[in-house]
Amino acid sequence: MSQPFRLNRGGRIDRHAPLQFTFDGRPIDAYNGDTVASGLLANGVTLVGRSFKYHRPRGIVSAGAEDPNAFVQLGHGARTLPNRLATVTPATPGLKVRHVNAWPSLEYDVMSAFGLVAPFIPAGFYYKTLMWPRRFWPLYEHFLRHAAGLGHAPDAPDPDRYDHVHAHCDVLVVGAGPAGLAAAHAAAHTGARVILADEQAEPGGILLSTCEHVDDQPGPNWADATVAKLSAAPNVTLLPNTTAFGLYESNLVLLAERLITDQPDHAGSEHGARIWRVLPKQIVLATGAHERPLLFGNNDRPGVMLAGAISTYVNRYAVAPGSRAVLFTNNDSAYRTALDLTDAGIPVAAIADVRSDPDGDLPSEARAQGIPVYPGAVVRHAHGGRRVAAAELCSLDGDPLGTVECDLLGVSGGFAPALHLHAQARGPSQWDPTLAAFAPKPGHGIHPAGAVAGELELAATLRQGTQAGATAAAAAGYSNGNEVEAPGANDSTQAPIQPYWLPPGNLARAKPQFVDLHEDVTLDDLRLSLREGYESIEHVKRYTTLGMGPDQGKLANPLATGVIAQLLGRDPASVGTPRHRPAYSPVSLGAIAGRHIGPLADPVRVTPMQEWHQVAGARFENVGQWRRAWYYPQPGESMHDAVARECLAVRRRVGILDYSTLGKIEVTGPDAGEFLDRVYTNAWKRLRPGRCRYGLMLGEDGMIFDDGVTARLDDQRYLMFTSTANAAPVLAWLEQWLQTEWPDLRVYLTSVSEHWSNIALAGPRSRDVLAAAGTDIRLARQDFPFMTFREGHVAGVPARVFRISFSGELSYEINVPADRARHVWEALVDAGRPLGITPYGTETMHVLRAEKGFIIVGQETDGSVTPNDVGLGRLISRRKDFLGKRSLSRPDSVRPDRKQLVGLLTDDPAQVLPEGGHVVDAPGPRRPLPMRGHVTSSYFSPVLGRSIALAMVAGGRATLGERLHVATLHDDRWLPVRSCNPVFYDPQGARQHV
Amino acid sequence: MLLIPCPWCGPREDDEFTFGGEADIPRPTDPDALTDEEWADYLFMRDNRRGRHREQWCHTAGCRRWFIVERDTATNQILGASTYDASP
Ligand SMILES: [Zn+2]
Repeated sequence: MSQPFRLNRGGRIDRHAPLQFTFDGRPIDAYNGDTVASGLLANGVTLVGRSFKYHRPRGIVSAGAEDPNAFVQLGHGARTLPNRLATVTPATPGLKVRHVNAWPSLEYDVMSAFGLVAPFIPAGFYYKTLMWPRRFWPLYEHFLRHAAGLGHAPDAPDPDRYDHVHAHCDVLVVGAGPAGLAAAHAAAHTGARVILADEQAEPGGILLSTCEHVDDQPGPNWADATVAKLSAAPNVTLLPNTTAFGLYESNLVLLAERLITDQPDHAGSEHGARIWRVLPKQIVLATGAHERPLLFGNNDRPGVMLAGAISTYVNRYAVAPGSRAVLFTNNDSAYRTALDLTDAGIPVAAIADVRSDPDGDLPSEARAQGIPVYPGAVVRHAHGGRRVAAAELCSLDGDPLGTVECDLLGVSGGFAPALHLHAQARGPSQWDPTLAAFAPKPGHGIHPAGAVAGELELAATLRQGTQAGATAAAAAGYSNGNEVEAPGANDSTQAPIQPYWLPPGNLARAKPQFVDLHEDVTLDDLRLSLREGYESIEHVKRYTTLGMGPDQGKLANPLATGVIAQLLGRDPASVGTPRHRPAYSPVSLGAIAGRHIGPLADPVRVTPMQEWHQVAGARFENVGQWRRAWYYPQPGESMHDAVARECLAVRRRVGILDYSTLGKIEVTGPDAGEFLDRVYTNAWKRLRPGRCRYGLMLGEDGMIFDDGVTARLDDQRYLMFTSTANAAPVLAWLEQWLQTEWPDLRVYLTSVSEHWSNIALAGPRSRDVLAAAGTDIRLARQDFPFMTFREGHVAGVPARVFRISFSGELSYEINVPADRARHVWEALVDAGRPLGITPYGTETMHVLRAEKGFIIVGQETDGSVTPNDVGLGRLISRRKDFLGKRSLSRPDSVRPDRKQLVGLLTDDPAQVLPEGGHVVDAPGPRRPLPMRGHVTSSYFSPVLGRSIALAMVAGGRATLGERLHVATLHDDRWLPVRSCNPVFYDPQGARQHV
Repeated sequence: MLLIPCPWCGPREDDEFTFGGEADIPRPTDPDALTDEEWADYLFMRDNRRGRHREQWCHTAGCRRWFIVERDTATNQILGASTYDASP
C-alpha cells in the first residue's frame, strides 16, 4: 500500500516523478516536489520524534522552518546532517532520514519512562541539581546527556565543499512570498541590483499553500510567472534554498545557501553550502509570520497541527494530514483551512472558536458548508497517545460541550510577524492589538512588507510589497519614475482576532500544556518561574529554557509573551519578547568555517631554505605563522643528542642557522636618526654609517616591547631587526607614532622582512667558512670588527653582512635577496664541510643565547618587565626623552623588590628545571607559599656539562648566591638551587670579539 | 560588522583595520615636567564615552594609514572619518 493519505488531485507535486526515501530504514514513497514531512504524512507517518526532556511522542506541527518537533538526521557517514527539519527538506531519491532523540526506537522509547516515573522535571532542575547535592550531579549528567541527544555529528571529514561569497547589491529582498516577489519585481524594474533569497526550494511562499488568485490567475501560476521574469532579468540574483539567518551591524546580512546536487543517483539532495555575506544598500523584509499554537491539555500530541500548515499540506502537497479534523481558533484563518479540508473531502467534525460571535465572510461560508461551529468554545484536552484520538470541547466557562473524535486537531492562535531580522537590525517594534502580536514600527530604515509588517490580507500585501520594493530602490538611488503597478487580488474582510493565552479557570489545570514543544516547557514551568521571581521574559527564558532549542522558539516565544502577561496581570507590550539572536535556523559548522580549514585555516610561512631543511631531516616548530627548523637529528639521535651536538659544533667549530624570519624594517629619511632616538631607549643619531647597535623599545608604560640590532646603512638609512614574532606589531607601532604624533618627521618605514633572507654563521671557524665561500668583503678583525656591517658579495650574490652575535661566538649574519638565499646557503654549507659546519635549529639557538644570558622578548619578558629588571639599565639614555622613559621613574618601576633577571644553578647538575616553575625561598607547610619568582628559560648546557636556567626573581640581583627552591610541575617536589649571574659562559664576551 | 570609511580607500570591512583607541590624546611635550598622577592620567585614563567618540583606526590590511573615525558608541553608527591633516 502506497501513500494512503495522498489526495487524488491537486498539489504542486510531480505525480510523474515518483521517488522513494527511507525513514528509520522503512521505505517511503513520495513525489518530486514533496518535503520529507509531506512524504511522511502521505504515508500516514505521524510520529517523527521524541521530545527533548520527557521523550513524549511528537509529530509534525508546521510546514516550515518554525517546526519544533520535526528535527531529523539526514544521510549517513561523512555526509550526515543532524538537526534538519523534515518540513523544509526536499524529499529526494534514496535519502536516508532517521529520527533523533529516541532510544532504542521511536515506538519503544526507554526514556519515555522518564515521563512515567518522574512525570515532570520542573524548570530550573538543571540549576538546582548543579547546586545540590553536588555529588549526585555526575549521575544526573550521565542520564540527562543520554536523554538529551539531538542527532550526531559525522564520524569522518566532510567531503562536501563550503564556500563564502561576498556580495553587494542595491536591494536585498528576504522572502519570496507574495510581498517579496512583488518587492523584487518593483525594485528590479528600476534597474537596481536585486538579490532575492528564500529559504524554500520553490519561491512563492504562502501563495503555494492557498487557493487565492493574483492578477486573475491562481496564486502559484502568478508566482511562477514572476519568478520567470526575475530569473531572466540580468540585475536580479535569485537564491532559493537560502536562509537569511542573521543581520548584523552596517546591515550585513548572512545567508546560508544549501547546495543541491544534480548527480543522478541522489539528485536534489544537499551537498555542502555557501555562506553569502551580503552588504545591501537597502533591505526589504518579507519574512512572513508564524501561526501561534494554543494551550490545552496534551496540546503536544501527534496530530495537533497549525491550521495554516494543514492548508499547506492539502493544497501544496496534496496530502491529507488526517482523516477527520477538529479545528480550534481565535481568528478567521482556520475557517479557510476548514474549507480547504472540506474541498479535499476530509470531514471537519467541529470548529471551536473562542469568539462568541464569529460572523466574518469565512465563518459564514464554513457554516453554509454545514461545518459545525462552536462559538465561545475551546478545546480543554486532547485524547490519545501516539496520536490524537479526540478533542474534548467545553465553553469558556468550563461547561462540557462533548468529546469529538478526530485524528487531526488544527489550531490557530493568530499570527506573529517573524521579526528576527527586523529586531537584529535594531528595528523598533510595538504591540499591535489587532494582531495580538508585536509588529515593526513603521518608518525604520529597513522595509518590512506583508505579514512581517502585520498585513495578513493578500491584496494589501501585494500593494505593500510593490511599494517597499520601489521605496527601497529609490533610497538606493534608483528613482527613475519607472514604477510598476501592484498586482491585484481580491480584498476580503476578516473579523478581529480575540487573544487567547491562558485557558480560563479550571481549564488551565488540564495537564500538561506545552508552551515550548521543543524544550518541553509547560505552562506550569512558566508559573514556577514567575513564582520564584524570574519575571522578566529574559529571566523566564533562562530559568525554563524557553525558546532555547534549535527552532529558536519561533512558535513558543510569541505565545509565551501573552501567557506571561496574563499570569502577571500586565500588558503584553510591557512583557516584550526574548531577544532575537542569529541564527534564525541551524547553520552547519562546515558552512561557517568555509574554506578556512586544514592548511587554509592560517597561512604557513616558510623561508627559501625550507626544502633544504626537510631534506636534511630537520624537525620543525611553529613560531607564529612561521615553520622553523627546530633541530636536525641524525639517525639514532634523540632531540637531546642532536641539540648537544649542534651546540658543541657552534662553540668549537662552526654552525649555520636560517634566521630569515627575523623582522626587518628599513627606516629612511632625513629624520630617521631623530625618530630612532624617540622610539629606542638608547642614542642613535651619532651612530656612524656601517655600525650596528643593540636597541630596546619600550611601551609608554616603560615595559620592554621589543629588542634587536639596528644598523646604520648610510646617512639617511637604517635597517632595524625586530624579533620574529613582533615584526608586524613593531611596524604598526612605529607607523602609529609617525603618522599620528610626529607627522613633521621626514621618515619612511618599509618592511623588508621577506625581501632579505638572513643566514647566520656562528663559531670560531665562521670567518674561514665565509672566506671559503667567496666574498669581496675584507674579513680581517681590524677591517670588519664586531658590531659593524659591510656590503659586498657572498658566493657571487649581493649581500649585507652584519658582525653581530646571538650566540656569543664570532658570528656573521648574512642578508641576501630571498630569491638567491638557497644558493648562498648551499655555497656556505659546501665551503664549510671541510671545517665541520653543522646546521643548527631554533632549539640550539635558544640554548646558546641562554648560556650568554641574552633575553628573548616574550620569554624572559611578559609586558611587565623594565630594562632595569633584566639588567639592561645601561641602555637607558639620560640625555633625551624616548617612549616610555617617564614611566621608568614611577614609584612602582623603582621598587627594589621588583622581579629581576638572575641565573639559577641546580645542586644536581643533571637536573633541568621546569620552565614556568615557581621559585620560593624555602619549601614549608604554609599554603600558599610566598612566591619569589618563576623560571623563564631552562636547558642543559652541553659546553658547561650541566643544567642552566634563567629566572625572574624578586629582588634577585641584590642577593646573588642565595639558596632558593623551584617547584616541580607534576610531582610535589622542591629542587634546591642557587642564584647566580645570568651570564653562564664567557662573561667577558671575549669570544664574539675575535 | 562595521563598514569603516578609510579616507584613502573608501568603505571597507572592519577586519581590514586595527583599532587604536581614543583620539586627541597628544603626547605630553615634556613628560619629565609631569607629576606621576598627570603621567598616569595620560597613560591609562580614557573617557569611555557613551555617544559620539573620536577614535583612531589604521587601515592595516590596506593603505596602512592611521586616521580618525567618529563613531557613536551606543549605536555603533559611524558618523565620519578624517585624516590627521584635517583634524583640529
Ligand atoms: Zn585605506
